[in-house]
Amino acid sequence: MKTINNVVCSFCGCLCDDIEVGIENNKIVKVKNACSLGISKFLNYDKHRILKPRIRKSNEFINVSLEEAIDECVEILSNASYPIIYGWSNTSNEALRIGVEIAELIGGVIDNTTSVCHGPTIIGVQDIGESTSTLGQVKNRADLIIYWGSNPLHAHPRHLSRYTALSKGRFVKTRKERKVIVVDVRKTATANIADIFIQIKPNSDYELLSALRYAVNNGEIEQDEVAGVPVEKIEELAEMMISCKFGALMFGLGLTMSPGKHRNIEAAIALVTDLNKYTKFVILPMRGHYNVTGANNVTCWITGYPFAVDFSKGYPYYNPGETTIADIIARGECDAALIVASDPISHLPIESAKKLSKIPIITIDPHETPTTKVSKVVIPSSYVGIECEGTAYRMDGVPLRLKKIVDPPDGIVSDEEILKMILSKLRGD
Amino acid sequence: MKILIKNGYVYDPLNKIDGEIMDIAIENGKIVESVSGEVIEIDAKNMIVMPGGVDLHSHIAGSKVNAGRLLRPEDHYKDVEKKTNVKRSGVGHTIPSTFTTGYRYSEMGYTTVMEAATPPLKTRHTHEELNDMPMIDKACLSVLDNNWIVLDYLSKNELEKCAAFIGWILNAIKGYGIKIVNPGGVELWGWGKNVKTIDDQVPPFNITPREIIRGLCKVNKMLNLPHTIHLHTNNLGTPGNYRTLIESMKCVSDLSDGSIILHVTHVQFCGYKGYSWITLSSGADEIAKFVNENKYVTLDLGQIVFGDATTMTADGPFQYILYSLSKNKWINADVEAETSAGIVPYRFKKKNYVNAIQWSIGLELALLIKDPWRVFLTTDHPNAGLFTSYPKLIAWLMSNKAREKILKKVNKRAKSKMILPSLEREYSFYEIAIVTRAGTAKALGLKNKGHLGIGADADIAIYDINPKEIDPSKEYKKVRKAFRKAAYTIKDGKIVCKNGEIVENIFGRTYWVNVDIPKDLLISTISEVKEKFEEYYTVKMENYAIHENELLKSAPLKINSNL
Repeated sequence: MKTINNVVCSFCGCLCDDIEVGIENNKIVKVKNACSLGISKFLNYDKHRILKPRIRKSNEFINVSLEEAIDECVEILSNASYPIIYGWSNTSNEALRIGVEIAELIGGVIDNTTSVCHGPTIIGVQDIGESTSTLGQVKNRADLIIYWGSNPLHAHPRHLSRYTALSKGRFVKTRKERKVIVVDVRKTATANIADIFIQIKPNSDYELLSALRYAVNNGEIEQDEVAGVPVEKIEELAEMMISCKFGALMFGLGLTMSPGKHRNIEAAIALVTDLNKYTKFVILPMRGHYNVTGANNVTCWITGYPFAVDFSKGYPYYNPGETTIADIIARGECDAALIVASDPISHLPIESAKKLSKIPIITIDPHETPTTKVSKVVIPSSYVGIECEGTAYRMDGVPLRLKKIVDPPDGIVSDEEILKMILSKLRGD
Repeated sequence: MKILIKNGYVYDPLNKIDGEIMDIAIENGKIVESVSGEVIEIDAKNMIVMPGGVDLHSHIAGSKVNAGRLLRPEDHYKDVEKKTNVKRSGVGHTIPSTFTTGYRYSEMGYTTVMEAATPPLKTRHTHEELNDMPMIDKACLSVLDNNWIVLDYLSKNELEKCAAFIGWILNAIKGYGIKIVNPGGVELWGWGKNVKTIDDQVPPFNITPREIIRGLCKVNKMLNLPHTIHLHTNNLGTPGNYRTLIESMKCVSDLSDGSIILHVTHVQFCGYKGYSWITLSSGADEIAKFVNENKYVTLDLGQIVFGDATTMTADGPFQYILYSLSKNKWINADVEAETSAGIVPYRFKKKNYVNAIQWSIGLELALLIKDPWRVFLTTDHPNAGLFTSYPKLIAWLMSNKAREKILKKVNKRAKSKMILPSLEREYSFYEIAIVTRAGTAKALGLKNKGHLGIGADADIAIYDINPKEIDPSKEYKKVRKAFRKAAYTIKDGKIVCKNGEIVENIFGRTYWVNVDIPKDLLISTISEVKEKFEEYYTVKMENYAIHENELLKSAPLKINSNL
């Protein structure tokens, strides 16, 4: 058995880079250091794979050569008047760079899964900025850790041990030296290991954040409770925040996707920004897919905008709500879709998913998904971080190089290579 | 491709050529003695021929720059670039997208740009952006002064090991030189604090900013790096800070053997006299006096241009002060065990007392410092102004009239306190060539850049202006226009831009230093560092390093260290 060390796990936004993988006959047989999600990914990535490119003809899938599939893609994309190109958070930056160029060339819209996930986070940042840091700052310095609307023990299992509450930093070394607060609508697994659990009334995050900010700024709250939390508790929390040496607020979809959306994020950021008058405080989003942060960054440096970029005018144009794909599909405006490393049929609102399934879809993905089932063209790709290299950004923006540790199945190439072929044919090279 | 540029007025200060009519021959991307056979001839009669522009300090790529792009959609809407047959699309204004950045530099005749500050942990991101930045050669300076391992070594005065570690880092992340940003202060910013003088202690490292600057100056010499240390001083943007600047320059005076050992960047931001914003005045006189007397230091201006800017530096505490003053939106982004970053959009206004004083300080320094080889033209893009404003700066330097036009419109109380109205010096084209290319290339140690001698890279700018007929002092608008859109930009021997329009999309090199460190020293240092590294950081040392094939066009400079 060959052992490869320091492998980066391409599952969630934690991008743990200390995985040890054992390989025998081009097969992963052993995984060390990863969480249960990571282990499952490394050991099962080769299940339910698509092994041949295929095209749907009169309701039947026909296996074709890669060249034929590419030709069909080019046919669909070049005949479309307003195509959408979507996905990206589960592939490499290198693939997305080509994707942006394709969108630009055909005058389409390129969007990533941020659109249905942490989009409000980005809009919040665009409104007022943010005080943030890499996760190592939290590990080394934070004596107060808050998880808000996020349950890392289930969604990002090693987040606490590698980066926050249970990690060993230079200045703060043990769990005892840190206070952990969890704010959520229900008592989650993470809440069970917190020092303080604040059970908030559903859909009232904005109120509680605003009350905390008011208390931090020495305001006197006249109500007895806000968002189901007694004022005394709010004042105690505010005092804890002000008096810590380094505080970190980490939030998940419980905050971004509950009513208020980007206003919730603004309230959270404003609270953290104000706390910097008294102490050091940072805020960090708990990003889900392993390279959604990279997807935002690549799109941003090429176009100026981190998601939902419309090239139909010949230059990048961005207006979430107008140029986000869920909205474009709901309005019935797009007439073709290129989906890379994502499953929008499962994730979009049902009405949008139904409409999407009516237009020609090209899907590039290693696996069968509900989206591949309704696609016109399906091209299988290799698995980034297992079967091919690529760059991805951790949830805090730290860029890491993913390794190739086994060979892909015969004839299967990477998203990047497939997209390059499509681009080159579209350009008429 | 062979090119012959005929009959232009050539300004090539490194070869002491001052506006002589000469032909320049190009073959295989280099400047050669002569060419024959199939040759593209460029008629440069009545035009200026200069080496391509070399910018030694500009924030163009990396995590901080991209956070600035993300922060400001409102900044992009009004300035868009359509896709053409040659160019990719993009957006501009204060923080242009990567492709647009490359095009806009090239359109002005610039061919090499130094990204001014990149945290080592995020340098892979910087290189990814540089890979997507066409037209120019580039490199990046690595922020190393608040790096914990560096501080640990400096505090124990283990300079050899510190040098070996820095040599390793520069090799590993493909960096070009040592950037120092508010030494000690940025580490304290990890706790929301800062330093006030260069002799403040930085706990728990038991070290002062003075010791950090001196230590890194010595390390820079030990490594024999092509560029000096590149210093962003403590107390940046604070009234009274010209004293900190002079003390910081003084603190290495004994380390020079007569050669240049220190570059202080965007010096306008550290040229403030007075005790508060209300009593602010210019410290340019004292700074210029020091620099004129002490030949071991170079500066760049960080010249204010009135209008929109996006301030962004690794100096987190300074950006927080600016946020507190302006209440504009604020990003802070600390990087574990290394540095910080802050971003605040800002608008410099003529009628604002402080802004007007800031504007005058940069120009005063440029005019009071006698040796143009030691004061360079920058706007610290996009902090004090945009790189696309360089033609405006050139006009201000060449024309008293151009300056007077602005002086009529600035805050009156500020004007009464400025030295600028009394300064009559006007730069010549020869001096402009020094402060925008020859001097900067020399300061960066890029031997094939900034001149037109045989063997130099064929990076050339041709400007449609006749230096023998025009009086730049009076006709500054023509100067500005000519430098805004180069008649030709030639990069690596190819015509890439004509009449200010990109005609070919090419990609330049990324320079980095490949320092040769004695094997035993390197191995012992790295094995000592490894354990600490994995305690301080959240990534493995192996995954921190960047492979050369991650750079689109890697151009390592082999350096023999003095270790």
